[in-house]
Amino acid sequence: MEMQQFYYDNKIVKKFIYATILFGVVAMSVGLLEAFFYLFPNLTDGISWLSYGRLRPLHTNAAIFAFVGNAMFAGIYYSLQRLLKARMFSDFLSNLNFWGWQLIIVAAAISLPLGYSTSKEYAELEWPIDIAIALIWVVFGINMIGTILKRRERHLYVAIWFYIATFVTVAVLHIFNSLELPVSAMKSYSVYAGVQDALVQWWYGHNAVAFFLTTPYLGLMYYFVPKVANRPVYSYRLSIVHFWSLIFLYIWAGPHHLLYTALPTWAQNLGVVFSIMLIAPSWGGMINGLLTLRGVWDKVREEPVLKFFVVAITGYGMATFEGPMLSLKNVNAIAHFTDWIIAHVHVGALAWNGFMAFGIIYWLIPRMTKTTLYSTKLANFHFWIGTLGIIFYTLPMYVAGFTQASMWKQFNPDGTLTYGNFLETVTQIMPMYWMRAIGGTLYLTGMLVLVYNIIQTVRAGEPVEDELAEAPELQTISSGRLKGEKFHPWLERKPIQLTILATIAILIGGIIQIVPTIMVKSNIPTISSVKPYTPLELQGRDLYIREGCVGCHSQMVRPFRSEVERYGPQGKAGEYVYDHPFLWGSKRTGPDLLRVGGKYNDNWHFNHFWSPQSISAGSIMPAYKWLFDNKAMDISMTEKKMEAMKTLGVPYSEEQIANGQKDLRAQALKIEESLKSDPDFVKSYDESKKKAEARGEKFVPMNEREIVALIAYIQRLGTDIKVKDNTNK
Amino acid sequence: MFEQIKHNMETIAGVAVFPILSLLIFFAFFVGLAIWVFSYKKDKIDEMSQIPLND
Repeated sequence: MEMQQFYYDNKIVKKFIYATILFGVVAMSVGLLEAFFYLFPNLTDGISWLSYGRLRPLHTNAAIFAFVGNAMFAGIYYSLQRLLKARMFSDFLSNLNFWGWQLIIVAAAISLPLGYSTSKEYAELEWPIDIAIALIWVVFGINMIGTILKRRERHLYVAIWFYIATFVTVAVLHIFNSLELPVSAMKSYSVYAGVQDALVQWWYGHNAVAFFLTTPYLGLMYYFVPKVANRPVYSYRLSIVHFWSLIFLYIWAGPHHLLYTALPTWAQNLGVVFSIMLIAPSWGGMINGLLTLRGVWDKVREEPVLKFFVVAITGYGMATFEGPMLSLKNVNAIAHFTDWIIAHVHVGALAWNGFMAFGIIYWLIPRMTKTTLYSTKLANFHFWIGTLGIIFYTLPMYVAGFTQASMWKQFNPDGTLTYGNFLETVTQIMPMYWMRAIGGTLYLTGMLVLVYNIIQTVRAGEPVEDELAEAPELQTISSGRLKGEKFHPWLERKPIQLTILATIAILIGGIIQIVPTIMVKSNIPTISSVKPYTPLELQGRDLYIREGCVGCHSQMVRPFRSEVERYGPQGKAGEYVYDHPFLWGSKRTGPDLLRVGGKYNDNWHFNHFWSPQSISAGSIMPAYKWLFDNKAMDISMTEKKMEAMKTLGVPYSEEQIANGQKDLRAQALKIEESLKSDPDFVKSYDESKKKAEARGEKFVPMNEREIVALIAYIQRLGTDIKVKDNTNK
Repeated sequence: MFEQIKHNMETIAGVAVFPILSLLIFFAFFVGLAIWVFSYKKDKIDEMSQIPLND
């Protein structure tokens, strides 16, 4: 057999690693800033693009797609070439993948702080960026499958199956969840509304965790752990079972994010059952990873890379045990909407993804620069301070979560809520928020130590060069099954068939959940008193989306006595039929807002948005002063927005659309009138008028400013049901 | 709530076959997987698990 010489592309791996490090620092810094907002809510007072609500999606997107995503690409580009004994299919596609991805990240980093957001979690980016993501993802897929087709190794190692499943599933999820109707260059509405939007979103959200944060990293685990430990995986058979059962089960579990909501109970229960089943493959994988180290635990003592891997895999085991437990309805009743969930995701992100990425970086950089790590001591220091950081981050959040849940549900003997004022449940956990910020600081410090260590290593080493390798050409053999060849060995040398089967495995769960979505559509009990939003309320709703209010406020009252007592009647599916997108939220840093309309007067909201602390001492809500700016809100899109909503099924009449701006003005004037009932408002309003005149500025009347639209929306919330509750049975 | 779900279910023709079908899909899937995995020859398994160490 003739040996062929070829070069592994190391430069692309290097680029992805540098991007991982850069965006790791960014994602963690933004996260830390967010943690400090809990302690100093007006840290960036008046700066709209540095406000909590707008930065939260930036933090999550940067952590998931920029930090974890770039590390995933680095690991895949390194391991795929070696597992297939072939250079990447196309250098051009590799570089397009790299630069395209970075461009998307930069677009996200600019557009999210500016308030361009769809509000759907981990899918906040607006439609042009969504299209770019789909295109670049396909580039990655073509490059990977092209490499597989020109490989020199007959069998596809299990890691590659995980990469293939990642590619296929993320493509499906991203496309279906991002179906949206554009209104302008940077604004769109989800084609789904209310319950359907929630189901599709969490089918996506859950599987983004499954197929972006988990499967590619399991692939990396199956390559790098044996590689670093220099021994084969504990059980290859187990890895096969792990793969197929994981991808088969994972896709069904999404509805566990919607327990006790207006989602039909059968769909909720389906999600619970599959979540519990997921323990088996997840723990099978964790055990397979850890037991690969059997007999070489002495190496773990000396090799920081293995230490990172051990904590990463342990973190994976903890998070995948906790996940199914959180899916049990009785546990979920406690944990949902609290900081427990924040702890849960950070065990996954900081331990599993973060530590896997750190281990891979510490192992790859010295190898590619043909040197040794600058300082093993510093790497060990990073390991310990990082581990401490995880503990300091998560433990207080668990305590905070339990405290919140217990206080929310506590009743007095006379049947009233013990902590009727939501704020009491916030001030109680401030010490926990402090400790969380300390934990985050420790973790970020470790990351900075990594930056220093890697810079020193690269400086001491040689420039990264493509690596020469040789392997015999792959002999062509029958594409059918050979005599005596079993099905699975055949499948492993047939990448296309493997891809198709993997796709079928993930689609079964997807279809069984999506078909009912369509079925539910025709069966949502309509509530005749629920009417579409007025033009001004629609404008206000878009501001609510822009400012990221959904990051801290839910709009879903669960059917618990404690919640009905606190917020009003439970949320019903029929109430959300005009909500493109849905705004149920997933966290209650502040109270639920589903039925806040009419609870306070317009002046209360006006003053509260200007300075929450002046209304509720100790509140950690930031002020929204830019909504009051002497600047007219942009209502030029009103008709277009209403038309888009009409296309999506909201029953606006032609007349309503034609009168959109007129109606908007009329309602805004009414709110301004009601604001004038407060003498303090009149006084300061007159003063600001005079000030503007003195400065020679044009004075914009209050009814033309953004705050009025937001108040209109807030005052509308839940009022359809309050008037009269006449659900059609 | 339960009435509402039952109503949804009743509107699908032949809904009774769904749980049976689900059970069969699952049973077949996992039994098939088990047969695949345990019918491997030991040396084949060893060969494949060595792939990452052979570059």
